[in-house]
Amino acid sequence: MAKKKFVVGCFDEEAVLFPAVKKVRTAGYKIHDVYTPFAVHGLDHALGLRETSLHTAGFIYGITGTSTALGSISWILVKDWPLNFGGKPNFSLPAWIPITFELTVLFAAVGMVLTFCYLCQLAPFVKKHHFHPRATDDLFVMVIECTEKTNVDDLQAFLSSAGAIETDVQVAEEGWWLGTYDKEETTFENSNPVVA
Amino acid sequence: MHLKYESQLREPLVMGNKDFHQVTEDIVRPIEAKPSKLWYIGFYIAVALLLFGIYSIYRDVTYGIGQWNLNKTIGWGWDITNFVWWVGIGHAGTLISAILLLFRQGWRTGVNRAAEAMTIFAVMCAGQFPIWHMGRVWMAFFVLPYPNTRGPLWVNFNSPLLWDVFAISTYFTVSLLFWYSGLIPDLATVRDRAFTKLRKKLYGIASFGWTGSTKHWQRHESLSLVLAGLSTPLVLSVHTIVSFDFATSVVPGWHTTIFPPYFVAGAIFSGFAMVQSLMVIIRKVFNMEEYITLGHIEAMNKIIVLTGSIVGIAYLTELFMGWYSQNKYEGYTFWYSRAYLFSPYGWSYWGMMACNVLSPQIFWFRKMRRNVFVTFFMSVIVNIGMWFERFVIIVTSLYRDYLPSSWSVYYSPTIWEIGFYLGTFGLFFTCFFLFAKYFPVIAVAEIKYVLKTSGEGFKNKMDKIEEQPLDTFIHDNAHAH
Repeated sequence: MAKKKFVVGCFDEEAVLFPAVKKVRTAGYKIHDVYTPFAVHGLDHALGLRETSLHTAGFIYGITGTSTALGSISWILVKDWPLNFGGKPNFSLPAWIPITFELTVLFAAVGMVLTFCYLCQLAPFVKKHHFHPRATDDLFVMVIECTEKTNVDDLQAFLSSAGAIETDVQVAEEGWWLGTYDKEETTFENSNPVVA
Repeated sequence: MHLKYESQLREPLVMGNKDFHQVTEDIVRPIEAKPSKLWYIGFYIAVALLLFGIYSIYRDVTYGIGQWNLNKTIGWGWDITNFVWWVGIGHAGTLISAILLLFRQGWRTGVNRAAEAMTIFAVMCAGQFPIWHMGRVWMAFFVLPYPNTRGPLWVNFNSPLLWDVFAISTYFTVSLLFWYSGLIPDLATVRDRAFTKLRKKLYGIASFGWTGSTKHWQRHESLSLVLAGLSTPLVLSVHTIVSFDFATSVVPGWHTTIFPPYFVAGAIFSGFAMVQSLMVIIRKVFNMEEYITLGHIEAMNKIIVLTGSIVGIAYLTELFMGWYSQNKYEGYTFWYSRAYLFSPYGWSYWGMMACNVLSPQIFWFRKMRRNVFVTFFMSVIVNIGMWFERFVIIVTSLYRDYLPSSWSVYYSPTIWEIGFYLGTFGLFFTCFFLFAKYFPVIAVAEIKYVLKTSGEGFKNKMDKIEEQPLDTFIHDNAHAH
């Protein structure tokens, strides 16, 4: 994958981050992403991201489960191997509700999780570039993609004026790869394990 | 962006004046530190129990179910009692993470991760009993509907026992997915603080390459919400179906319509008791009193007294119906086999009543709800009581049936039945000790999410907001839109 140049600004307050996102977007910069340690509600709207359709996918998986259950049970008990249970009808829908329900839930849940992993490109052994190790700890890391017209120094100064506590320029691959993290990404200032 | 304000009247969910980094430090430190002596002692005891359980099962498989004291009349004994008991315990985790999420109960964040883990381990233990009870366990796959060369001979989809196969396996799968998808961001937090290459590598694999991208969080939120919505009816359905195993039969004492709600209430009751036992230990051993506060413990004790009382009403309703139906067999089961103290198993009924209905009433007092020792003691009592309940339901209904000539001799378990039960304790605690050592026991990201509204340090500043005129408040908080 092609490498790109990014300007990184780190914020330590949501209250500063939101106006900063607005300023950066108004100034015409393209925000590649904002990495946060927890789900910051409203940040997706502030970045202009569209709503996710994951729940719609979940619904489709769910009705797939429903029809799989009803379809196979009715075929098995009515067509393939009809059994006489005390003269009761072979098509005994009420008794099939529990399994139908369970399969609906199972299909929806498994399907949604797999779709989630696919959309976010998450899997074991997948590696991605981390713009800041504290993005999963306590920093909100705004990453802006540079074009050939971008003046990196200006942008860094602009981010600092918007409240970034730290700015940085990085050349990185977007997307994911299989392999190991770069050496400089392995360290974190926490080398003194204490006995609990 | 929602308003960062919560009433001063609400108790803080996170005590102490903490920032985000401090939260990470507090929760991740036990994973990075060497485990204490107590951890090793507990872990070795658990492994020893597990080994004894494995040997008991080895005997069961080699010599057959005759190793147990089940007999002609009592075809279900300790095995199914323990199965229902463990499944019941396995209901609290998903209840906390799903139902309380939908009800917007902020306090769930402190306990949900460990409770979900407990759920998964409890369901694993529960699953052992029906599987090994099959006897010829190498035929276990016969319960799955797959095209086979025996006809094909299909499973009976109208049977509650098959519904159970689907219910338990679905419940296990969905709980596991829910738990792990919530863990991914927290494992990424552990990965990014890793101080050795091996840790970096292993937590890197476990965290699936999570970065914390806004789009990913948005999808993650949607995923959690829908999984919660799916798990809510799922939790209720699982124990309902377990109760159908009994309620759809024609055995006096089992054939009652009250079973589904009664079983679900009982499951929540025992599940919360187990969560309490574990939480009281975890908060002490890992110094997490500031995250699992007395407020959390009180909230769970309230649920315990509520569900315990629901279960109590169910017991009384059964007794009433045993008389009101004027059915001789029902009357005999409820008023002689169970409620008469000097009948062969009367002790188990009154043990159940004392543990489940009478003793939890202590939690009407706030002082008792907030007392850690009382809580721990009561959580053990409740779980003993709920074990009695399942024993009462199964054994007192079976030991004397319609024909006095087939009444059974007194049933008591063999050492291998007891060993199997102890073995599931070993499995449960081995898993739980490993979980507590290698995974964050509290949901780090979720605590950070509620920190600024419910953390003590931030709440103290909110009295200023309370004095503000409404216009100023809206103006100050609306800029984020």
